Amino acid sequence: MKKNMIYTITAIIVLFVLVYIADTTLDSYILRILNLCAIYTVLGLSMNLINGFTGLFSLGHAGFMAVGAYTTAMLTMPLATKQMNFFLAPLISPLDKIVWPFLPSLLLAGLLSAFVAFLIGAPVLRLKGDYLAIATLGFSEIIRVIFTNTQRLTNGALGLKGIPATTNLWWTCGTAAFTVFIMVSLINSSYGRAFKAIREDEIAAESMGVSLFKHKVLSFMIGAFFAGIGGGLLGNLIGAIDPLMFRFFMTYNILLIIVLGGMGSITGTVISAFIITIAQEFLRFLDEPIFPSVPALPGLRMVVFSILLMVVVLFFRRGLMGTREFSWNKFFGFFSKKPLAKGGAE
Amino acid sequence: MNVLKTDNITMQFGGLTAVKEFNLELNKGEIVALIGPNGAGKTTAFNMITGVYHPTRGRILFSEKSTVEGKEVYTEKDITGLRPDQITGLGIARTFQNIRLFKDLSVLDNVLIANHLRINSNVFEATFKLPRYREEEKQMVEKSMNLLEKVGLAECKDEKSSSLPYGQQRRLEIARALATNPSILLLDEPAAGMNPKESEDLTVFIRKIRDEFDLTVFLIEHHMQVVMGISDRIYVLDYGITIAKGSPYEIQNNQRVIEAYLGVDEDA
Repeated sequence: MKKNMIYTITAIIVLFVLVYIADTTLDSYILRILNLCAIYTVLGLSMNLINGFTGLFSLGHAGFMAVGAYTTAMLTMPLATKQMNFFLAPLISPLDKIVWPFLPSLLLAGLLSAFVAFLIGAPVLRLKGDYLAIATLGFSEIIRVIFTNTQRLTNGALGLKGIPATTNLWWTCGTAAFTVFIMVSLINSSYGRAFKAIREDEIAAESMGVSLFKHKVLSFMIGAFFAGIGGGLLGNLIGAIDPLMFRFFMTYNILLIIVLGGMGSITGTVISAFIITIAQEFLRFLDEPIFPSVPALPGLRMVVFSILLMVVVLFFRRGLMGTREFSWNKFFGFFSKKPLAKGGAE
Repeated sequence: MNVLKTDNITMQFGGLTAVKEFNLELNKGEIVALIGPNGAGKTTAFNMITGVYHPTRGRILFSEKSTVEGKEVYTEKDITGLRPDQITGLGIARTFQNIRLFKDLSVLDNVLIANHLRINSNVFEATFKLPRYREEEKQMVEKSMNLLEKVGLAECKDEKSSSLPYGQQRRLEIARALATNPSILLLDEPAAGMNPKESEDLTVFIRKIRDEFDLTVFLIEHHMQVVMGISDRIYVLDYGITIAKGSPYEIQNNQRVIEAYLGVDEDA
């Protein structure tokens, strides 16, 4: 037990060193990809809590991200940039007078997202399966349409430009590590067990005294909190956001990550967030003309992911990791050649 | 003194009356059985008591135990229309006719989940493993291991619950129900699919837990040997109507019950 703690602390220190080295030596293209990997880890984990651990088929993630991204952007943008952005109609007060530091903005983004999740979750979470999926999908579209039309609050379809690029590898990897810690700890607590009970069998869970409403809303809100933070990190990484960024496609990307990694596996989500994000960059050549005689087929890259998703759903229903998790014992057991029966690590 | 009373509860699904004016009285410490042919409405009656269905008419009254100035006081409480988790919280736990374990979770986790309703720590304390939560978690694990030992499943605590043999799954379901600290235990066909030896063991086991946990047991069962051997009193349902109630001996000799089970000879 103690030993594993030491391993974990060592791993965190190694991570910090790696982040430091990466941050100082790598070029901005690779840094951008690594940042996206970490952000997608946060987003994947937050969606996995709702869909994978609590078994609620929710497709509203883009909506929560939009709330988070806009909140962080609006709070961190310098006043001059705000004035430049809002040339069609002036920004409503008090937003035109305040500028917040990044951390409190991110936290508020998460809290606001969680609050929105409560408002939408309270009526909608009594639905099950596909019905819940449709309702939450509708919710995320509603958010997008609202943001397109509130000119004085979000600058409408023009979007926001010149958001300070505060997000760096420290922020993203730090948040990702923090999210992993929270998720692991939550899932292994009594509340996490209650979430899993709801996933396994709602009727039995309710008969064992687990309040379905309370726990579903709780899981939904925690998921939305981290989705909001992920959205905020993304907005301040890219530097420009507009409502079209938060279409269903965004939710689909995250869904792909959690299905591929394994619904209900934190380890799987982290691994597949990195794989998918890196693959999306490295497959860019598919969008360009491959043979001189064939014209370019933009979007061919995404076909690969769609096929991948189909293959996973058809042949590897449980994804990369199923519901299994990484543990130090398994990790060292993998390397030690001793078979279990002869005293090898479990 | 009675711990649970139903007052003319009726359940209608559209035009079909599944249970009509069912009057049940459970006295403290009793083992009461509910029998009847297939489709008689036994499970529906169960579902009304546990809050899965809301009765169309009638009331369900539960005597809640509380301690006032060191004395045990029972206050009658109307629990009609409460949610299943609220009813479990008051102290009525159940098992299911077709086993409903949390299949992918370990045996120990299954029992631990049933402890969750008594938790005092909030989600922050649980996530950050603050002292109060740690203490509660320790107690939960201890209590669950105790229960698993009682039902003879302590050795397979880390196994997936769906990998257990059928008989052990039934026991695990009972252990899980006991973990909610019930005062009334409702068992829906606990002996289903068991051989004569296993059902005999079950009879002994139910008596044992009744005494040990100070329970009142209400069960649905088809195995007449089990029912007659274990029950203090029996209710018989047929097409939703209570056709008889009384001691096992009275029921065995009741003409209407025999007719309901064997059918009537039209010529006679």
